[in-house]
Amino acid sequence: MIRIAQLSCGPEYSGVQQELEKAAEMVGAELVFPEVSLDDVRNVEERFGIEVASGDLNLAMARATRIVENTDLADAVFVATCFRCAEGAIVRSELRKYIHENSRIPVLSYSFTERTKAETLLTRMEALVTTAKFKGLLSRERQTGLTAGIDSGSTTTKAVVMRDNKVIGTGWGPTTEVLKSAEQAYNAALESAGVERNEIEALGTTGYGRHLVGKEFGAKLIQEEITVNSKGAVFLADAQRGNATVIDIGGMDNKAISVQDGVPGTFTMGGICAGASGRFLELTAKRLGVEITELGKLALKGDHRNVPMNSYCIVFGTQSLVNSLSTGSRPEDVAMAACHSVAEQVFEQQLQEVEVKEPVIMVGGTSLIEGLPRAMEGLLGLKVTVPEYAQYIGCVGASLLVSGLVED
Amino acid sequence: MVKVMVYPPTSMILSDLVERTGHEALVVSKEVRKKVNTAGLDSPPLNMTPEDPKKGLKYAAVDVPSGVRGRMSLLGPMIEEAEAAIVVLNDRCTLGCTGCARTNELTRFLLRTKRIPLLELEYPGDELAARRFVSRIREFLEGLS
Repeated sequence: MIRIAQLSCGPEYSGVQQELEKAAEMVGAELVFPEVSLDDVRNVEERFGIEVASGDLNLAMARATRIVENTDLADAVFVATCFRCAEGAIVRSELRKYIHENSRIPVLSYSFTERTKAETLLTRMEALVTTAKFKGLLSRERQTGLTAGIDSGSTTTKAVVMRDNKVIGTGWGPTTEVLKSAEQAYNAALESAGVERNEIEALGTTGYGRHLVGKEFGAKLIQEEITVNSKGAVFLADAQRGNATVIDIGGMDNKAISVQDGVPGTFTMGGICAGASGRFLELTAKRLGVEITELGKLALKGDHRNVPMNSYCIVFGTQSLVNSLSTGSRPEDVAMAACHSVAEQVFEQQLQEVEVKEPVIMVGGTSLIEGLPRAMEGLLGLKVTVPEYAQYIGCVGASLLVSGLVED
Repeated sequence: MVKVMVYPPTSMILSDLVERTGHEALVVSKEVRKKVNTAGLDSPPLNMTPEDPKKGLKYAAVDVPSGVRGRMSLLGPMIEEAEAAIVVLNDRCTLGCTGCARTNELTRFLLRTKRIPLLELEYPGDELAARRFVSRIREFLEGLS
């Protein structure tokens, strides 16, 4: 049983403690609360460096110091505070940094409301548990044999076939019916690789439809996107050793993952606002009358500062774009403004929650919209790498990891 | 007998002082106990549900963190019911625990603006101050009719 130390303020009074426990249980883990003395709480400033007005936050910090002193107390750490609490947000961020810098224990940080459900936390908890439980598998750096990966995403379904550490076939299509889309993408990948399905030694699945697809296709590995995508990203960007930051802006949610030696350390997963997703860029392309594949190139010729964008909301943001076009804005400026808006939201809401260390690797289909990595580079002041096969990152990670299970 | 709210709301010492003088102490442990004993709610010690922060909207707006609103769903009705209150400032967690400072601020504010007999006093730092502390509370309680 994986023990996840809960460092939190407010979940019981928000009525969501049961949801946190349920999510942990669903992924085979239990939430634990490291024991501290009253003196640990009273003297938290001396040991942690800060004392705040809320007692529960001081308690969380006291627990963190105990975990760092004795890393056997927990396999993973879950830091959670109320959404919209400034004091909680400051402490949550410092707790995450403290655990990250002083131990090798994986950390997940989250701000909840009374609407938080176990299902919302499931992928995050699953990633936390995988990171804690399968460090050996996740530290695998080479793909061996003939394996395949299917990424059943919310917008598109992708598949790859890999042989001896190289991608030899790819296939993709829009996600309509989950199984049908997976079948088409997988067949396309097999065809382009020139291999038969029965030759594949093992298959790994990831993405929203991973369980359904994995069961139907007899997958040997069914894994959430956070661990799989980070593995695929550092493999394709040749950054398996040392630090890296992976940014994946998806059709329905975004992931920011701080990776060390190919294993996720801290990560966030956002999925509240469509204005910060690939969907917004699709809408922009449609409104501009260009293919989504052309939007990025168009954006590179534009300047986001020429278009006023007053809202991050997908509805009002699109309205701003429409208004700017009607007042004579250039399509290239509008395209870049849309890319900048998405990048800025991810930068403001998610990249503050992880340690951004170079190389910064952008993956997923949206990373191929050239304006988006460019906008992110501007915001971070760092070079952003988009590796080859960036849109197949989940399949590559699944294919690589599942080859470890064949050998075992 | 007067209904006296004590703050910190989990202080058994304060509630004991109130009840020794024949008044009724309004403390959060009693409110929590009510919830725990309610049929269908089965995860003690706190059986708050996502509905509770919504009840707290009566006392704090929707953009106030859910933890504050959840606490206010317990404390708010107690404040409404209170006919007098004792509030200890700069309290230590040994006197009684309140985990959320924002809830403390809001509760103290609501008690002050309710215009009921209110005793606010600092947590004592030594034995002499502790004696004065108890004596002031007793004097306040005996003065309530």
